[in-house]
Amino acid sequence: MDNEEVQPTRREFLSMVGAVGGAALMYQAMAMMGIAKASPYAGPIELGQAPEGTRVIILGAGLAGMVAAMELRDAGYAVEVLEYREKAGGRCWTLRSGDSYEELGGAVQQVDFAEGNYFNPGPWRIPYNHFGVLDYCSRLGVELEPFIQVNNNAYLHSTKAFDGKPVRFREINTDYRGHIAELLAKVTDQGALDEMVSEEDKALLLTSLRSFGALDEQNAYVSSTSASGRRGYERPPGGGVDGSPIPNEPIDLSTILQSNLWRNIAAGESLNTSMPMFQPRGGMDMIAQAMERNVGDLIRYRKKVTAITQDENGVSVTFEDLENGGASETVTADYCVCTIPFSILSQIEHNFSSQLSNVINSMYYASSIKVGLEFNRRFWEEDEHIYGGITYTDLPISMISYPSNDFFQKKPGVLLGAYSWGATSYQFNALPPEERVAKALEYGAQIHPQYNEEFKTGVSVAWHRVPWVLGCYGQWQDKEAQYQDAVAMDRRVVMAGEHLSYLPAWMEGAILSSLDAIKRLHDVATNG
Amino acid sequence: MNRFILAAAVLASLAPLALAQEGTKPEADDSAALFASPSVLTQKTGAGIYGAVCAGCHMPEGQGAVGAGAYPALADNPTLEFPEYPIHIIVHGQAAMPPLGSVLDDEQIAAVVEYIRTHFGNDYAEPVTAEMVAGAR
Repeated sequence: MDNEEVQPTRREFLSMVGAVGGAALMYQAMAMMGIAKASPYAGPIELGQAPEGTRVIILGAGLAGMVAAMELRDAGYAVEVLEYREKAGGRCWTLRSGDSYEELGGAVQQVDFAEGNYFNPGPWRIPYNHFGVLDYCSRLGVELEPFIQVNNNAYLHSTKAFDGKPVRFREINTDYRGHIAELLAKVTDQGALDEMVSEEDKALLLTSLRSFGALDEQNAYVSSTSASGRRGYERPPGGGVDGSPIPNEPIDLSTILQSNLWRNIAAGESLNTSMPMFQPRGGMDMIAQAMERNVGDLIRYRKKVTAITQDENGVSVTFEDLENGGASETVTADYCVCTIPFSILSQIEHNFSSQLSNVINSMYYASSIKVGLEFNRRFWEEDEHIYGGITYTDLPISMISYPSNDFFQKKPGVLLGAYSWGATSYQFNALPPEERVAKALEYGAQIHPQYNEEFKTGVSVAWHRVPWVLGCYGQWQDKEAQYQDAVAMDRRVVMAGEHLSYLPAWMEGAILSSLDAIKRLHDVATNG
Repeated sequence: MNRFILAAAVLASLAPLALAQEGTKPEADDSAALFASPSVLTQKTGAGIYGAVCAGCHMPEGQGAVGAGAYPALADNPTLEFPEYPIHIIVHGQAAMPPLGSVLDDEQIAAVVEYIRTHFGNDYAEPVTAEMVAGAR
């Protein structure tokens, strides 16, 4: 404990890094400490050699479980994985034509998409800085393609503004920037910033504001070819007789502020949502399938864990074998990696430490709902020139995301027609699947009237109704106080999964959690 | 439509309202009034709140559901005997169940606790008040 007191504080440490190594190293150090939120993934894990004949049982064949299985097997451990479902992947999950999904309550949805079309109920995009996910994709040969997160030609929409009509993102974004640049230029000219900005910097500030906001030479944001070059024209530049462009009129500042449409302007600027983003070609579960090809021979499917106990000699896991009429069976191992979501684990008998048990019993799982809608025609491309990206709305569907694959093809396409959380999601969750789809259609048609003509089929996943996770991702009662209790290895058992990371609900969180867990397990196994 | 059936339908639709005026709490099911607010539930009646939130996991007849884990049945559930217990769980959450104290107010929680304690085979007549919920926050 005394040692800790002479260690530098985080702030002192970072100042030191900045002084010695400059901004790049500073950023890297901050990223490593989770401050700048880039992934601290540092390349393939090198565990070394497992002690002869050491057995590890892994509970759950999602990404955390399969990463643990691959790496521990490669280090020489004897690995066995128990999985409740009939397939691997967990929440890294894709629904395609011919799939059938039964949710809690018994409703069954038969997915009837056109060949090649799909819907990702869980993860649906990979940030460029989620180095762990990207590295496993690379190592396992998962083909990635761009995911269009930001599309200036998609819409911003409010039921309470612009008569309920959607407005192009580019118009709101350009006009908002133009107006605030003009305001800032005005107060700069009026001397309001004199005490804060030097004369030299004021000149540079004004020059930069003209560029940033598409202002004219008088620092005004007005109808102009430079503004229309961003927001769109009355008559766009062309050729021949009518080739000269006619700019259009910006929307005034008050209207933009009152519309609240500025709310989503920065949606594509966080580290986790800025371009470029990626998706596996053919659906997110291409990652799960690739891992399953690598490690599937170690997985025993349709095993429902009912008890986990450990003593000084090992770990015993009892399960119902759903392949065998629910017959009870017990397997033993030297160590256990448990990736079962705490929503499920809190209902399983165990003898974990009281600190760990307290966290397991207090973690609740978020409500979230997604609806996938397939249309006969890609009208968003053909009629509205929207190629991927996201439309944001204050309707209960929250957003519409357009597919980032199969552009320009004359075939049906699948939209993410709703992605909602919180109070809205609770209410969607209480509706039968077909009514969720009907609601998503009803709301989405307010933005795209073509919905009514072109709808083909739909599927919805309300995460509280998913039988094997009971929610979307783990939420803490008090993360700061509880986190170390939950990630600490409890004698022979270590927990892993997105819930045990600071990238909750992201696949990267599951992978980083798993790699950290097996590193510590290996340390205990080799050094006691 | 047959005039008699129409009249019967109108009467049937009015009946819950008539009961509501006599009783202390409205009995009408307003669960279909969805999504009035992005941040809270706006249904007022016990049946409405149950149908708009609780039924999603505990199921429409309170029968619960079983997968890798289970949602407990509320039907014929003796743990509902003392209203403080469900009130506490709804306000603060328990295990996988999220706390709903931020999306339901005291009156709503009182109404839905009263509803589950008097439906699905449960018969606990003691009224549930908003004050009891306020005390549990």
